[in-house]
Amino acid sequence: MAVIVIKNLTYTYPTMDHPALREVSLEVEAGEFVAIIGPNGAGKSTLCYTLAGFVPHFFKGELQGDVYVAGQDIRHVRLEDWVLKVGLVFQNPFNQISGAKFTVYEEIAFGLENIGVPREEMKRRVEEVMALTGIADLADRSPYALSGGQQQRVALASILVMQPEVLVLDEPTSQLDPIGSREVFQVIRQLAHQGVTIVMAEHKVEWIAQYADRVIALAEGEIIASGQPAEVLTDPRLPEYGIGISRYTAVARQAAEEGLWPPHQRLPVTLEEAAAGFRAIEETDYARLR
Amino acid sequence: MRVCVENVHFEYPGGVKALRGVSLIIEPGERVAIVGQNGAGKTTLVKHLNGLLRPTQGQVIIGDWDTSQVEVHRLAQRVGYVFQNPDDQLFCRTVAEEVAFGPRNLGYAPERVHQLVEEALYLAELTDKAEINPYDLSPSWRKMVALASVIAMDTPIVIFDEPTTGQDARTIRRIEHMIEALRQRGKTILTITHDIDFCAENFERVVVMGQGQVLADGPKERILGMVEVLAQTYVEPPQLTRLGMQLGFETTVCTPAQFLETLRRRLGHYRANGLGRSEN
Repeated sequence: MAVIVIKNLTYTYPTMDHPALREVSLEVEAGEFVAIIGPNGAGKSTLCYTLAGFVPHFFKGELQGDVYVAGQDIRHVRLEDWVLKVGLVFQNPFNQISGAKFTVYEEIAFGLENIGVPREEMKRRVEEVMALTGIADLADRSPYALSGGQQQRVALASILVMQPEVLVLDEPTSQLDPIGSREVFQVIRQLAHQGVTIVMAEHKVEWIAQYADRVIALAEGEIIASGQPAEVLTDPRLPEYGIGISRYTAVARQAAEEGLWPPHQRLPVTLEEAAAGFRAIEETDYARLR
Repeated sequence: MRVCVENVHFEYPGGVKALRGVSLIIEPGERVAIVGQNGAGKTTLVKHLNGLLRPTQGQVIIGDWDTSQVEVHRLAQRVGYVFQNPDDQLFCRTVAEEVAFGPRNLGYAPERVHQLVEEALYLAELTDKAEINPYDLSPSWRKMVALASVIAMDTPIVIFDEPTTGQDARTIRRIEHMIEALRQRGKTILTITHDIDFCAENFERVVVMGQGQVLADGPKERILGMVEVLAQTYVEPPQLTRLGMQLGFETTVCTPAQFLETLRRRLGHYRANGLGRSEN
């Protein structure tokens, strides 16, 4: 069943002449992990804000078309209820931190306190999510005396702990170290398996290729491609739109021009696919000579 | 101008030991990337180079200046620092004023300021945006303004803190062009980055940090293949390096050109000999 249904969504911010999103239509199933790619300014954050209800409730502006999440029309929800259903991890973790708490532990417990979760359950959930996001050792630090990447983990943890039905993440790994980024993708993949519906704006195509179910490419507010990661991420138009592709895809495309990639084989998007393709080329070459 | 970091320790008020004996010598004109896990001490280290922080123990020498003896505003003549978040550093009403602020503040003659501003705007592809308020630009362009405003100061040493974070492919390309232009001018370029592919393609030397220490330091072709050392500090080799390893390449490849060259050589080798394929 589709948890997110967007039909012909066009949205314009109050002070802008041009829509940030144009005629966007999209359905996301329960437990699906959808990645949104696109150059800066393409509308990725606006789409995230819309699912979280910040558009139109916080940013106002003009919204046309329909946005339903979990059967509810986004225009008619109350933001204070909505935050319990849809969790949004902001692009800039600094904007997520409450400023009301002195330690990372308390910061992560803040949302649960607000909705009156019993103490023991609260502690269990906070500790679980701190372990999951790799910040157990930061429990007693101030949320503001952290590195950018540590702060980003705290922001992620503070949303995960709320166990939202729909999780929207706006470039949640932008400041993370490389293995930390991959781990966030793994955690998100795991949550999707558990039935959480995920929409994630990201630039890291290597991990999108490996962990996402579907990829949507946005440019200038419009969906320009949508489908399986392998299909969308090898779309030859992506570079023209200023959308990054993996080194695997890029180098195989160059190799193909010299006949060094198996003819008629789709370009690779993951390490495994790239290794298999180049290995095949080396083996054919070797075999031909025997 | 040489950078010399000698056994530097640093402890933040509150007791977090961010640096535990870091030593590093950077020669003029080197392009060095610092990589390592969140909280490894990367930003703390570079803030020592422009005097924003002073060592609790040890010394930082920029050319012939000991940073603990020189005021921050004087160090700005030698070391330019681009913050991770452009909004931490922009405050003027137009892009041109913003970019002119640094060189003017360093007391350069008006003609030189003018020339440096023009050149920095050109390098950042901002020439047509000179009269716009930086806060009316998109975050990507604000990043370019931040870069231009530091480059215009014409310091021999330039530091970028996470220049590619949150940037799209086009902006990263612009930043790469800028780094190349700075290289041609003989600048020492130091960057902190988690974007290990960007590091592999634009820098020659890599310093790996973990828990306030330098874990490895050397040419990228040596360092970026050190899987275990990198993993200790939550870093993986670049995509093409990992691919080369999977294919059993004899050397560590970092860039598309190196990858393709090695591939061609191996194929040529099979063609020439019909044997000798290394198993992997």
